[in-house]
Amino acid sequence: MSPALRDALAALPELVRAHVLLSGAALLIAVAVGLPLALWAAGHRRARVPLLAAVSLVQTIPALALLALFYPMLLIVDRAAPLTLPALGFLPALIALSLYALLPIVRNAVAAREGLDPNVLEAADGVGMTRWQRLRLIELPLGAQVLLAGIRTAAVWTIGAATLATTVGQPSLGNLIFSGLQTEDWVRVLVGCAAAAALAILADLLLALIESGLARSAPRRTLSGAVLLALALVASQLSWPASAAHDRAVIGAKNFSEQYILAAALSDPLRAAGYGVETKEDLGSATAYRALAAGDLDAYVDYGGTLWANVLKRTDTPPAPVLRAALTRALARRDGVLVLGSLGFENAYALAMRRSRADALHVRTLDDLARAAPELRLGSDIEFLSRPEWRSVASAYGLRFAATPSYSPTFMYRAVADGSVDVISAFSSDGRLAALDLVTLADPRHALPSYEALLLVSPKRARDARFLVTLKPLVGAIPIDRMRAANLMVDRDADKQSPAEAARWLLRPKGQAGRRS
Amino acid sequence: MGEADFLELDGIVKRHGGRAALDGVGLRVTRGAFVALVGPSGSGKTTLLKTLNRLVEPDAGEVRLEGRDVRQTPPATLRRGIGYVFQGIGLFPHLDVAANIALPLRLAGVPGADREGRVAALLDLVALPRDFARRRPAALSGGQAQRVGLARALAAGPPLMLMDEPFGALDPVVRDELGRAYRALHERLGLTTIMVTHDMTEALLLADRIVVLIAGRIRADAAPAELMRRGGDAAVRALLDVPRRQAERLAALERAE
Repeated sequence: MSPALRDALAALPELVRAHVLLSGAALLIAVAVGLPLALWAAGHRRARVPLLAAVSLVQTIPALALLALFYPMLLIVDRAAPLTLPALGFLPALIALSLYALLPIVRNAVAAREGLDPNVLEAADGVGMTRWQRLRLIELPLGAQVLLAGIRTAAVWTIGAATLATTVGQPSLGNLIFSGLQTEDWVRVLVGCAAAAALAILADLLLALIESGLARSAPRRTLSGAVLLALALVASQLSWPASAAHDRAVIGAKNFSEQYILAAALSDPLRAAGYGVETKEDLGSATAYRALAAGDLDAYVDYGGTLWANVLKRTDTPPAPVLRAALTRALARRDGVLVLGSLGFENAYALAMRRSRADALHVRTLDDLARAAPELRLGSDIEFLSRPEWRSVASAYGLRFAATPSYSPTFMYRAVADGSVDVISAFSSDGRLAALDLVTLADPRHALPSYEALLLVSPKRARDARFLVTLKPLVGAIPIDRMRAANLMVDRDADKQSPAEAARWLLRPKGQAGRRS
Repeated sequence: MGEADFLELDGIVKRHGGRAALDGVGLRVTRGAFVALVGPSGSGKTTLLKTLNRLVEPDAGEVRLEGRDVRQTPPATLRRGIGYVFQGIGLFPHLDVAANIALPLRLAGVPGADREGRVAALLDLVALPRDFARRRPAALSGGQAQRVGLARALAAGPPLMLMDEPFGALDPVVRDELGRAYRALHERLGLTTIMVTHDMTEALLLADRIVVLIAGRIRADAAPAELMRRGGDAAVRALLDVPRRQAERLAALERAE
């Protein structure tokens, strides 16, 4: 078995558990909310149209955006209300998916109620059934088939959409898909997709069994479907008990290889020190910091310049030590977040070109680039062009390109390698710079801030001495060449390693990272 | 005023939009009577019938059953004591014949074991073979389905039967047969029956009292023979003329043979 497949399969059981729990709970809530809503709408003709319009409207929001929207909304609620809500992870994913599942359930329930023969309803009233008896003895059994068809649709949608929960920090089969896409580990992507598809098919089959039992009035068939469904749910939850028994640390990671490696590098020593460790991957920059400040994350690695511009809204670009000291003070005062220290390398935004192209155009610095830029194409990652760093560098040098297409980081490197673009927004710690023979352009006007990798700790863990002692050895322990090499291990096409393997290599006692006992 | 009648209606008014479907209807019915409510379409006869078991709540007026205002009894409880048969029949398609017939017993809390014997007796009563018990409603003819509907209405032994065009959708032979069968049951079980029909012939031949309703008001109220003899206003006579003319033409046909 290939190491990639072994890695993916090892992660599978826990992700399946989380995935089933999330989609099952979301579906249950949607049913519990949707059926009474539909029943109420059946009795209030005027309410029906706006209700169906409202649940349809939810459907028109892309699932990814819906998930992302709930994070800031919960933060607002959390600040307004005295109760503490986890704004990241299970809760926002659950709410978004429940809302998403409402449409098919409500629509079919309303249709089921409208499809009933009025003579049958009149007879039910005529023999003296109460409202509840009529619902239980007549409306539910007769409408069950249409009702269940709606629940089946909702189940398939929900299981599919639950893969997106990864982006708000809720583990799901999406973890395999997103991290696989990022590191071009197609085995990982396929395992994630296949597992999600298998879950959806299984759920659909079992619900179909119940549905056909109801349609043929075969209670034994209905019951066996229900029992199998319950068994499948219980099995997915029981066979891999959650590792949440002891003190649980949550480590965050943004959506690129270096972050996956660093999250693993933080997790390993914590695990060795007896913490239960959970990682939340593929977080957006802003989401990750807010989650840390809110205590939904315990630690993650962010970059000085990013925090400087995004969190503190600063536009000046002081030298690294000044910036780090100012950040440490400001974040502690503002949010109680502890900057434990720099890991020892920088992952700065840099503009990079193929060496041959740079030589041909005589471009060494950003000043040179500004001269040639109107003829050139700039490839960037998705967020670069909307970041303050870009505005700063663009205005400092007067940069104006012929075209500026955006890519996911992996495809951005592909694009510069095959000449689709001339310049890219690279990261200085990226192993692919050397591998693809790219040169980074000098910044003589110091328009780009320093991007030291800083280890951040949540307000709660800032008071946890054991936690700090466990992570402290990482400070200053990762030089730039070593980080580049580790990144390349994950990003290269041949002999690809998983982020966990790269992290173990990074921490191996050969270099400075060997202080782990 | 002496002892209360079995069923009493006073000043019943029901409006649909601006129009009065029932415009101050009063009626006294003694126990054991077989009353036919007759009138053209839209005369309010179905609405009147439904005020008796509260499927329709009147805007004004009072309905008393055995001296007691029906509004004092919750609708579900009230209806369990009143048989209801209507043209749409409304058998429950997911239940077999036995379960349909036994449903009022189930609502009344009769234990399952006792229900089986009652179902057999009820099938006998409406002249259906006992092996029909396991059939589905979809497998019944119209006449058979309405016999099941009748058995279901009779299951809990109600003293009062409300029937709304009960045989309206059946072919003439079955309709005649079921009508006479029901009339016999009415006698045998000592029922009080209010039957809505737009068919004057059916009303004259089955009922022992005809109440003619036109535009939400009672325009005639008499025994069949008396009504035929004395008639009423023009509208009532028009209703009576149809069966009379038909009978005369049929008699003429027979004489011509």
